[in-house]
Amino acid sequence: MMKVDALPIRVLVTKIGLDGHDRGSRIVAAYLRDAGMEVIYTPPWQTIPGVVKLATEEDVDVIGISSLATDHLIVPKMMDALRTTGLGHVRVIVGGIVPDEEKAALLAAGVSRIFGPGAGREEIVDCVAALGQQSRAARSDEFSEATP
Amino acid sequence: MTRTAIQLPLPGFEQAQGEWRAQYARQIGDEKATRNRSGIEIQPLYSPRDWNGERYLEDLGFPGQFPFTRGIYPTMHRGRTWTQRQLIGLGTPEDYNRRVRRIIDAGATAISLLPCCSGFRGIDCDEVDPVLLGTCGTVINTTDHMDSALDGVPIGEISTAMNDPSPFTLLAFTLGVARRRGIDWRSVTGTSNQSDYISHFIANHQFYRLSLPGSRRVLLDHIEFCRRHVPNWNPVSVVGQHMQQAGATPAETMGFTLSTAIQYAEDCIARGMDIDDVLRRFTFFFDISISLFEEVAKFRAGRRIWARIARDRLGAKDPACWRFKFHGQTSGVDLTQQQPLNNIARVSIQAIAGILSGLQSLHTDAYDEAIACPSEETARVAVATQNILRDEARLCDVIDPLGGSYYVERLTDQMEAEIEGVIAKIDAAGGMYKAAEAGLVQTMIGESALAFQEQVDTGARKIVGVNCYQIEEDPTVPPAERPDAEAMLRHVERFKAFKGERSQREVARALDALARAANSTDENVFEKVVEATEAGVTHGEVVSCLRRELGFGHPLIVA
Repeated sequence: MMKVDALPIRVLVTKIGLDGHDRGSRIVAAYLRDAGMEVIYTPPWQTIPGVVKLATEEDVDVIGISSLATDHLIVPKMMDALRTTGLGHVRVIVGGIVPDEEKAALLAAGVSRIFGPGAGREEIVDCVAALGQQSRAARSDEFSEATP
Repeated sequence: MTRTAIQLPLPGFEQAQGEWRAQYARQIGDEKATRNRSGIEIQPLYSPRDWNGERYLEDLGFPGQFPFTRGIYPTMHRGRTWTQRQLIGLGTPEDYNRRVRRIIDAGATAISLLPCCSGFRGIDCDEVDPVLLGTCGTVINTTDHMDSALDGVPIGEISTAMNDPSPFTLLAFTLGVARRRGIDWRSVTGTSNQSDYISHFIANHQFYRLSLPGSRRVLLDHIEFCRRHVPNWNPVSVVGQHMQQAGATPAETMGFTLSTAIQYAEDCIARGMDIDDVLRRFTFFFDISISLFEEVAKFRAGRRIWARIARDRLGAKDPACWRFKFHGQTSGVDLTQQQPLNNIARVSIQAIAGILSGLQSLHTDAYDEAIACPSEETARVAVATQNILRDEARLCDVIDPLGGSYYVERLTDQMEAEIEGVIAKIDAAGGMYKAAEAGLVQTMIGESALAFQEQVDTGARKIVGVNCYQIEEDPTVPPAERPDAEAMLRHVERFKAFKGERSQREVARALDALARAANSTDENVFEKVVEATEAGVTHGEVVSCLRRELGFGHPLIVA
């Protein structure tokens, strides 16, 4: 049987809220795909319950939320929804335009990393790969706690 | 169309050129080809062998003369400078009103209104997480909201651009306000600034609002209604901006946009409209990137191609229909989060490109655009940039000042050939509607976006502060402005109360009439939108009714 760790990292790249600009999310999706990850990509305008459902069904390790026009303001609500659905191990990154003074609230809500415009390909790919491993480690911890 | 250089009788030319080439090669050594964003190879030098004015009258002519390469009016910016049309929209209608009045007091002759993203999405403010409301546009869902937003604004005297895709409720609200104030609709001027549903489908995800055929129907009804009742309104603005922002090259953008204009014109003809009647009201809206000469060539070539399309392909006889009128917006994609004050330089260069291209109207981005929605201070710098370029740098003194440059004329010819190649590709796919439906355009844009990013990632294309000249920096940008949360909640509460208090019978009757119009072949849907909004029907209710009757859109292609 194949070890779980050997399977490619699964990433959901999506946009929640009201903003339709998706050039950034498409490019990041292509980066991750080209780096050998399995990317589930959605068009913009997803809802929080929709993202949680998709993350569950697709069994993703990392969720990337792209936001150009202030949609990052509802990311803390998405983090709550992930936790209450048992997806606390899933790592979340936010990419796009997040004003400096609004970054702290996202990080405090559990977002692992925020990438601004101009972030490089390697930086993003390395970060997602590392977070994917963390996510799997956190999930197996949860699993071993749940099954004595 | 490709042109070959004419051999001029210039004694000694070949020898002198040969000597220069040898010297150049000695000093430079092996040189990699330089290409512009559209992929055209750029030479180190241009001479009369590249362009010599042989076809001056056919290809350039004089400003105001066919094919309008040098400008669509005889006097251009000497007679009247461009309209400063800053895109604004933030917070509640009252917030918008305060800002727009300051702009009018400062001498603005045109205003622009950007609705909240929830409006773009086709829903009302009571259906959205309040934290998202009014952060990127004004929350306008009813005629009352528009009345507050335009309080003290002399509609009928001032031109208003409504950034509002199908079904154009913002114009419907404005007409309702005009009626309340006793203003003749015939004096209402402005533009349905994002009426180009194809560009929304391709690059801005309009698909969630209304289906592709539904949007087509509503746009045609909108054009027909405006021609009959609001004759000074421009119902069509063909938007290249979305596509270039999404990654299309400048040449692709111009090709797609002209193909879209052809599609709309042919749709109007198929509807039985008089082409001379509708085409004069077509306007264009473009991104201006920092690739200065390429942008100038894009716009000069675009004017020339459109003149020929309008006259020869579409058969318009009135010269007013041959004129390519365009609004330019400096490109936010070129702006960086790193060292944000550098963006003032970038916006200036983009604005220079647009002004030297002979645009009719200009929006300059604020330097914090890559960080947040513009603050009042950064918006002021953006407007001042235009004033400095006009009054201090005096860019308006000469019409088409780059005309006659060997490089610019040669590049204009090359861009023309590239653009015509794109139009031919779209024609072969059955026109822009079919090409969008098939995903062809989206694929081309996606490939160009990736190719550009590849150049940035490898450093082949340098961006100051991003992949070169990085510095340790302090954030120098003021904090993002957000609407007052309590005022926004009060606005939503008032809206809910309004919905409870209006005549439900009238609302039901108006929505029924709208649904019946959508299902009929002879009734005008936009006329019913106007009537419905006057009966108190909200933006979200209009959209959901039409979505039910005309179909919900779907993403045409993903990834």
